Amino acid sequence: MNYHWNWHIFFEPDPSGAGSYLDMLLWGLLLTIETALCAWIIALALGSVVGVLRTLPSKTASLVGFVWVEFFRNMPLLVQLFIWFFVLPELLPPSWGLWMKQMPHAPFYTAAIGIGLFMSARVAEQTRAGIGSLPRGQKLAATALGLTTAQTYRYVLLPMAFRIIMPPLTSEFLSTIKNTSVAITIGLIELTAAARSMQEFSFQVFEAFTAATVLYLLINIVVVVAMRFLERAIAIPGYITGK
Amino acid sequence: MKRLRMIGLALAAVLLAGPANAEELTGTLKKIKETGAITIGYRDSSIPFSYLDDSQKPIGFAIDICYRIVDAVKQELKLDKLAIEFNPVTSSTRIPLLANGTIDLECGSTTNNPERQKQVAFTNTHYLTATRFVSKKSSHINSIDDLKGKTVVSSSGTTNIKQLTEANAARNLNINIVPAKEHAESFLMVETDRAAAVVLDDVLLASFVAGSKDPDTYVMSKDAFSKPEPYGIMLRKDDPAFKKVVDAATAALYTSAEGQKLYDKWFMQKIPPKGLNLNTPIAPELKAEFAHPSDSADPDSYKAM
Repeated sequence: MNYHWNWHIFFEPDPSGAGSYLDMLLWGLLLTIETALCAWIIALALGSVVGVLRTLPSKTASLVGFVWVEFFRNMPLLVQLFIWFFVLPELLPPSWGLWMKQMPHAPFYTAAIGIGLFMSARVAEQTRAGIGSLPRGQKLAATALGLTTAQTYRYVLLPMAFRIIMPPLTSEFLSTIKNTSVAITIGLIELTAAARSMQEFSFQVFEAFTAATVLYLLINIVVVVAMRFLERAIAIPGYITGK
Repeated sequence: MKRLRMIGLALAAVLLAGPANAEELTGTLKKIKETGAITIGYRDSSIPFSYLDDSQKPIGFAIDICYRIVDAVKQELKLDKLAIEFNPVTSSTRIPLLANGTIDLECGSTTNNPERQKQVAFTNTHYLTATRFVSKKSSHINSIDDLKGKTVVSSSGTTNIKQLTEANAARNLNINIVPAKEHAESFLMVETDRAAAVVLDDVLLASFVAGSKDPDTYVMSKDAFSKPEPYGIMLRKDDPAFKKVVDAATAALYTSAEGQKLYDKWFMQKIPPKGLNLNTPIAPELKAEFAHPSDSADPDSYKAM
């Protein structure tokens, strides 16, 4: 292969003048982490609520949950971000639309919320599966004890369900981190965009994407290790995830 | 002992035979001769240099130039027929695909600059473009200074955004610079009022304006952020035999009347698929370069006659 390798490229100044190429990648990494954390908080909060809605006895509630999940999980993430960023402001009244368009850091907020909503559908399905996996007797016993539906979920079902679905939630968190790379299409200069930008300036494409790969691996390993500890600490003895 | 010496002599003869044969083909020419095919890398939306028409066939100014190069290679190698294969490239894949031998020529709108010459070689310049901006007429932005405090978009990783960043710092304009992933998205940002202006190569801007819903809404700036920068067709570095053939072919084309005719075909007339007319007469600098073809990366070396 006729390629001129240059691993020192990371220490050369990047043309925007802000620092070296390595700094550029690390800024991208920071933005990736920030976006992923915000999106994950949104996904976890909304996903839990929607997951619970889908298991409630009320027909309306489960219909709302069903529509939410199918809406967000059946459209490619790329298309969703595009809709939030470019289409939504056109559908709103002009003054609101203009406010959205001129908001500083619009790509960051759009990405965090858009990815959060997309992932919330997946978290909702995990939550539903967690609640569904509990023996029916638990709910019946709670009702027999005189607990209201809210109390049943708060004190009996959810504490169990969340601990059972911890391992799949780890995967969802990792997906959230990797999905932030899609935000490049709405102009968020996260890690993938920084690597792309580095290769366009320097033409050292393999070095740029090797570095990005290593950085993605590193954050994901940190998350996996941290979640393993958490899983072990809260595992329910006797269940599949317990020891 | 005698036998060993014989082996040594034989080895030496074999080793010497290689470089002694000056007619031996090397690099890309050898590969083309062996496979009977040349692979051209094209862009899917670099209008009018390299893009797909409505039957998904690559066409454009740079593609036409590459057809001439292929003819010259065919003649040089004395081949009866030479198959042309097309392979799509993007700004991210063009270097690896050229380096690993998937494509032999990249025919698009790649700026020739010294950083890139460390990695690839460029043949004679086929276009010169300056960084300018397009805004909506209704926002009354006439000069670079009018951009003060506004939101301005450009494509990430381009020389354009770099020059915008530099001008912003040098003139203290306090511009909010927003990077977009691709040229089409950069233009969309202005179309949807997310940004007041878009900074790109002027020729790309002209094609976006011509292709927009209402071309009269937009105005191109007179001010430029840069001197005209050269576009070149990329080939592999350190392959002098192939470069010589390619340079000779492009020089012959540009210096003949054909060069101007080809320019007019893509920049002064309606081009497929939608019948756009870019209406961009040849710049004096490019006219001078066509008379004296050059592969220099230095914008200062391109002067009007």
